[in-house]
Amino acid sequence: MNVKEIIAKRVAKELHDGDVVNLGIGLPTMVANYIPADMDVTFQSENGFVGLGPAPEADNVDMDLVNAGGQPVTAIPGAAFFDSAVSFSIIRGGHVDVTVLGALQVDEKGNLANWMIPGKMVPGMGGAMDLVVGAKKVIISMTHTAKGKAKILKECNLPLTAAGQINMIITEMAVMEQTDKGLVLTEINPEYTVEEVQAATEATLIISDDLKKMDIA
Amino acid sequence: MNKIKTLEEAMSHIEDGMSIMIGGFMACGTPEKFMDALVEKGVKDLTIIANDGGFPDRGLGKLIVNKQVKRLVASHVGLNPEVGNQMNTGELDCELVPQGTLAEQIRAGGNGLGGILTPTGVGTVVEDGKEKIELDGKMYLLEKAIKADIALIGGSIVDKKGNVYYNKSTKNFNPLMATAADLVIVGAEKIVEVGEINANDVMTPALFVDYIVEV
Repeated sequence: MNVKEIIAKRVAKELHDGDVVNLGIGLPTMVANYIPADMDVTFQSENGFVGLGPAPEADNVDMDLVNAGGQPVTAIPGAAFFDSAVSFSIIRGGHVDVTVLGALQVDEKGNLANWMIPGKMVPGMGGAMDLVVGAKKVIISMTHTAKGKAKILKECNLPLTAAGQINMIITEMAVMEQTDKGLVLTEINPEYTVEEVQAATEATLIISDDLKKMDIA
Repeated sequence: MNKIKTLEEAMSHIEDGMSIMIGGFMACGTPEKFMDALVEKGVKDLTIIANDGGFPDRGLGKLIVNKQVKRLVASHVGLNPEVGNQMNTGELDCELVPQGTLAEQIRAGGNGLGGILTPTGVGTVVEDGKEKIELDGKMYLLEKAIKADIALIGGSIVDKKGNVYYNKSTKNFNPLMATAADLVIVGAEKIVEVGEINANDVMTPALFVDYIVEV
């Protein structure tokens, strides 16, 4: 598996039968590929529906049905459409079980920065700020470093998306859980040592007594 | 009362400097013909309130490319590079708002509320200049209601009275904006006789709609 596949497959294991899940654009979207067929997970699309299905065949595109990135998608049987206020009742109101997002930076206090780089890139926060505040569980899925530079920091220096809302970080190197004491390393890709993971991480990792190996097959 | 107007009649109410809510989400549900008509009309110094900045060639992004927008209030502008360009040159004042906050501000505007309290944005730059209120141990931002002079709505099926049905994900901000502007103009993909939309299926009741234009 490539790096993204390792991450997406591991994130999928955090989802449970009956969950309502919002996947961010990009890598998080790949998580849908790893959900067991017998598991009932409902995907929410913040532009206004639940029951998000896969992309349509090229000859079956309906531009009245798009995802939050404006790309044509499908809706599964049992789907429901609603307006943006209801969409964020679901999101902010605590009715989303899991949200999976990418990040530019995260830190050991559970802070997330993923919506702007001042002077360079200002795409806007879209629904991300509401998602991380409202979802019951916030999972960050991302490559462990950016071109060798640490992204898991002691303190984010980019503008925050939300303060202290992250529950879990999943990268190709490790799985980390946010606790009151800090960031706990709970699983490690067997291709790396704990020292190597710590060296690629600016935040100080607390090593779990029950450190497990990530499934990378 | 005849609410059905020609495109020209409806657009004649839009003037320089007005605030306009534009329905749609990445151009899905945006009345595209209204965008083209406004580009042709050339009205300028507009304040646009919308979910996003559209695409350079689709949705309200066309108005930005044509430099008709003075101020944009939106949650996401990443798919229209012209927004960033004009922010850098100072031609466009862009206020980025969390999407759920924007939806609630518009809903509040149409509902006679002064604003809403939301936990979204606490601890971020979004809280700058806003009142923070602690309720039962949790911190909230006071976000004021938003209203506009005009709302441009995209409807899939509209009856001659102005009842609107939105197909699939075209709904998004449209029903909210229909409540929050002085003049609400619906671009109807299809106009039908009164009674042809079952009352159970009406998503925006006709009383919110001022003009209907077939698009």
